[in-house]
This record gives sequence, structure tokens and C-alpha cells, in this order.
Amino acid sequence: MTAAGWCVLLFDSVSQVLLAEKVLKQAALGHKVIPVPRQISSDCGVCIRFDPAERDRVVEALAGKVEVREICFV
Amino acid sequence: MSRTVYLDNAATSWPKPEVMMKAMCAFSSSVGANPGRSGHTLSIEAARIILAARETVAALFAIPNPLRVAFTRNATEALNIAIHGLLGEGGHVVTSSMEHNSVMRPLRALEGRGLRVDAAPCSATGELDPRDLLPLLRPETKAVVITHASNVTGTLMPIGEIGAACRERGIALCVDASQTAGTVPIDVEAMRVDLLAFTGHKALLGPQGTGGLYLREGLEHKVAALMQGGTGSASEFEVQPGFMPDKYEAGTPNTIGIAGLGASAGFILERGVEAVREYETGLVARLLAGLSSIPGVSVHGVADASRRSAVVSFTLKGVSPSDAVLSLDANYGIMARPGLHCAPSAHRTIGTFPEGTLRFSPGFFTTPEDIDHAVEAVARIAQGKRR
Ligand SMILES: Cc1ncc(COP(=O)(O)O)c(C=O)c1O
Repeated sequence: MTAAGWCVLLFDSVSQVLLAEKVLKQAALGHKVIPVPRQISSDCGVCIRFDPAERDRVVEALAGKVEVREICFV
Repeated sequence: MSRTVYLDNAATSWPKPEVMMKAMCAFSSSVGANPGRSGHTLSIEAARIILAARETVAALFAIPNPLRVAFTRNATEALNIAIHGLLGEGGHVVTSSMEHNSVMRPLRALEGRGLRVDAAPCSATGELDPRDLLPLLRPETKAVVITHASNVTGTLMPIGEIGAACRERGIALCVDASQTAGTVPIDVEAMRVDLLAFTGHKALLGPQGTGGLYLREGLEHKVAALMQGGTGSASEFEVQPGFMPDKYEAGTPNTIGIAGLGASAGFILERGVEAVREYETGLVARLLAGLSSIPGVSVHGVADASRRSAVVSFTLKGVSPSDAVLSLDANYGIMARPGLHCAPSAHRTIGTFPEGTLRFSPGFFTTPEDIDHAVEAVARIAQGKRR
């Protein structure tokens, strides 16, 4: 974990979270599926947390594969 | 030792692959949670199982995006979503004269509310000549709803040709793949299928209570949902989400069933639908040859096994289908189905209404010896012997 905290990927549905999880696994990018933190509007129950330093690589890996609704910092 | 020969795979397949039972037991004993609703480890694991099943089923039908598949209880629910969702406000629809009641009843229900229904006539072998359907397509036609194969005669419909004509005219093509999913190759794009309704418990070898509906990209905006409820997504809104597959999946799904379906569909995918098809076509050819050689037996449908799914309907001179089935069961351990097979219109088309036919439907686990045993039994019944 870096001093800046975490980045969180939000999606419309759990299926999309899990599709994204597979993509990130394949790309060997560190991440974790977690319940949506309280301070973010809870849309679907889960989201993906990752290190902000990886942000560009994460966005690139998911581009065209899974639609991300929002990326937030927590 | 009494032998059981199960020849009713068109009603539901049996036996099931070992992997199906294992997947269902594993879900029950070590996962069990509500998929994705809660965000804890077990809930996410349950959602992963459902996603994996979606991916496997999508791969079987060459669907690139697995989220285009919504799981349902069976083909009937999928067809009701498609038919009510697309045609609930009326308009014009074309179908065939070989349909199952899970197509005809929703259409007839809507007919009472202003939908206009035309059924393309099929031949006495259950075949549809596209030239008999195309003239029924009008500028105001919203959809063609048609079976991929008849559950009475097994006759395969010319989906590719109908699909091309529909796509050209902007008409939605909805295919009932109940009899073919898992046993006849299906490629939704190559066949120009817009909506595909399938059931999990027949040739996909999954458990009862599973099925699904594929909708082509964008169609979720035109097909209303039958039910509304919790989806674990967009929870802050009190309106049903409009995206796939959540729009059509209100309520806790049949996760244990879907776990089983995913494993069974994987079993088919591993072997390849083409290989399953080739094996079953061989069984059907053997059955057709055997039955046709028995005096007093009339086999319905096309003679060529490669032009039908694994279903053979026949009648016996002087013996009613229900009496024959009783004797097959009691004296030979053969499980078959008599009657109208929920498809009165199909029986009218082939001239077997209202008595119906006797139906043998082999499956993946049927052996050539089972077929020979069944042919032998029918020969003895035709000769008026008890055993
Ligand atoms: C052609 C056809 N359509 C639809 C169905 C309905 O399938 P289910 O009972 O799984 O809804 C069946 C089988 O019963 C069928 O053979």
C-alpha cells in the first residue's frame, strides 16, 4: 500500500467485476475484490481495489474488455 | 436383472455426467452463498461459479460476450421473456406449424390482446421450405419465433436462411433451441439469431430448473423484462437495471443448478458439439433403419438422420402409443414418451393428431445396444407378443 491509499474500480454489476478480475489476473496486475467501501455510493456490492501506482496499466488492460463505471481513490 | 433403457432425452436427459453432480455437491458443501449480493468471500465465489457457467454456455453458441446470456428456469421462461418482452404491445409475428406449446401458448395469449400471428405451413415430414415463410414477412412484422428442431419429428429448421432474410428486413429472429442446444452446432452470429432460448436439462445435460436467453447486443433495450426485483446491482435505484444480464435476472438465481449446468456444458464443450452430434446421428440412423424394417411401423419425419435432431416419432398399426409405451416400460424396461409431446400443431402437421405418436429420443449416454434392444422390443410388440 502506498501513502496515497487505494484506487477502486466500480462497475455496474457483479458479473462485470468478475470479468475484470479475470482480465487483471491474466495481466498479472495485483488487485483484490472487496465490498464497496461505505464512503463510495454502493452500487453493486463489490468493487476492485488496486495500487494507484498501477493505475495506467490497469486502465489499459481493461480497455475494450470490460466497461468501468468509475475509478475512485479511497 | 432388469435393464433400464432411457429413451426420453428429448423430455429431459438422463443420466447426467458425473461432473454435474460433483459441481452441485461442491457448491452445496463449500460455497452455498448468495452470488455477489454480499461481497464476502463465499458470495463472490458463488458469483464466480455463475460467471464461469455463463462463459461456458456462451462458448457453446459462439457468443463473444458471456454477459449477453441471462439465466432462466428453463426454455419456457426464456421464450416468455422474449415473446412478451418483444411482442407485448402487439404487432405481427411469424412462426411455424411445428412449434411446442412454450412458443404457441405465449403467442396465443398475446393474440387475445391484439398480436397478429401467422404460422408458416410445414410438410408432413415437418420440414419448412423457407419459400413458405418469406411471403408472410411484412413491413410491420416484428419477429419470427421458430424452433431449431421439432421435438416431435426432430426435423431441423432452415434457421440460417430465415436468419438472413430477417436480418435484411430488420426483423428479430428468436430461436427455440430446446431440442438442439448441446447436440446440434449453434453459432448465433453465423445463423443470424437475435434471441436464442435454451434449456439446461436436455442435451446440455444439466439439471432441471436451468435455462437461458441470449439477446444480441442492443436488444435489451427492446425486450421488456417479465419480472422486476433485486439483482445485487444498482441497488440505490428502485427501477430495474437495464443492462445484461441483470435486467432479466431478478431474484436469487438457482445457483446450485447453474453450477451443475456450467459443469455439464463444459463436459459437452470438451467433447465438442460436432462429436456429440456425429455420435447421436449414428444412433438415430440405426434406430430409423431398425424401426423402418418392422411391418406395421410408420416412422414420421425425414428419413435422413443428418437432417433431424436425436428424436424419432413413430406409430404402430393396431397399438395405441400409450399402450405401446406401457408395454415397453413394463416388459422391456424402456422409458419412452407417447402422445402429443406438448405440440398439438406439430401433430396436426404430420397427421397424427389427436392420437399422437410414440417417441424415442436417444442421448449422449445411449448405446447402440440400447437402440437394438428398443427395436427388438418394438418388433415384438408389433407382432402382438407380450414379451
Ligand atoms: C421444442 C421445445 N421447446 C420448448 C420446450 C420447453 O422446455 P422447458 O420445459 O425446459 O421449458 C421443449 C421441451 O419441453 C421443447 O421440446
